Amino acid sequence: MPQFDPSTFSSQIFWLVVTFALLYWVVAKIAVPRIGEVLDQRARVIQEDLDRALALKGETDQAVQAYEKAMAAARDQAGDHMRAVTSEAKATADARTAELSAVVGKQVAEAEARIAKAKEDALASLRGIAADTAKDVVAKLAGLSPSQADLDAAVTAALKETK
Amino acid sequence: MAEEHIATGAEHGEAAHEQHGPMEQFTIKPLIPIQVGRLDLSYTNSALFMTFAIALSALLFWGATRARTMVPGRLQSTAELLYSFVQDMVVSNTGKEGMKYFPFIFTLFLFILFGNILGLMPYAFTFTSHIAVTAALAFFIFFAVTIIGFARHGLHFFSLFLPPGTPLWMAFILVPLEVFSYLIRPFSLSLRLFANMLAGHVLLKVLAGFVIALGFAFGWVPFLAVFGVTFLEIMVAFIQAYVFALLACIYLNDAIHLH
Repeated sequence: MPQFDPSTFSSQIFWLVVTFALLYWVVAKIAVPRIGEVLDQRARVIQEDLDRALALKGETDQAVQAYEKAMAAARDQAGDHMRAVTSEAKATADARTAELSAVVGKQVAEAEARIAKAKEDALASLRGIAADTAKDVVAKLAGLSPSQADLDAAVTAALKETK
Repeated sequence: MAEEHIATGAEHGEAAHEQHGPMEQFTIKPLIPIQVGRLDLSYTNSALFMTFAIALSALLFWGATRARTMVPGRLQSTAELLYSFVQDMVVSNTGKEGMKYFPFIFTLFLFILFGNILGLMPYAFTFTSHIAVTAALAFFIFFAVTIIGFARHGLHFFSLFLPPGTPLWMAFILVPLEVFSYLIRPFSLSLRLFANMLAGHVLLKVLAGFVIALGFAFGWVPFLAVFGVTFLEIMVAFIQAYVFALLACIYLNDAIHLH
């Protein structure tokens, strides 16, 4: 087995030391600092980006909150305004209605008074006509001439009955 | 088999006889002979693949950290993935204090990972399949961890061998056991990687030999096996690199936090 030939050991170990030391120098002085720096820098950039994203998210949340608050205030204000306008309109309408109904009531009362008067007039003239007619009928049929008082009483009684 | 090995260039010319056994792939061949005193420090195929491994790692980092963009490209993603993977391993096993040793663990992981993966290429050499390499790494970790432990805790480091709350009479059994399991660490660590890589490559080679031996009629059976085992070996290459680095982290944790 060539592995157990001691005459090769010195050269193997010598070149092992030389090459290993060279590689160690490359790794320790060049590779590790450079790669480490890149990895650190990347980690730093990622952390910074994350921090910034977090800060921006906070700002966004605040903006959303402010927007919602403003929206709620506007909604309240709009509601108040609506209620005010509605009640004002209602008051105006009520006033107008009352005014109109007063006018109409007055007119109705006047008309009723007129009608009552016309009816009374009509009844008064009816009474006279009825009394005359009754006098004539009595005179023609019975040949009597009743007194005016009797005639009036009879007509009044008859009118009461017909009522 | 040791005779196959060629220590110098002069010998290389004479002893170039090729032996196509499953162990031949592990032969160390000098490419540039270097002799310092009595030490043979030749630049071999093993050293060549170590060079490939670190060159590929360096190339990956060069490509990955050239632009350094906020949104990574393919190469940068790969390097960042490896970095995060090893970083998680270090932090979860040794805590924040362990990050001081992160470059070492990262180097260890990459070196073994690239060594294992490159070794799976056809005609490649797997330097992690040599006990000398894995043992050197394991003993380095063992001594480094022990020194870190004593440096941080002084003599208090010995309390590692006696878990707190143990009855005193138990110490006579427990302390030798703990000391033994501590001392065995470099052996188990180096053997695990070495044996895994060795076994995998031998298996591949033997199965590939069957493909030729069985020819067109039945060769496809071991060929499918080679196909499957190759995927298994890619997985093993990754897992063994991970396990080696993970155990190094666990040993470091003992040195930093005791129990």
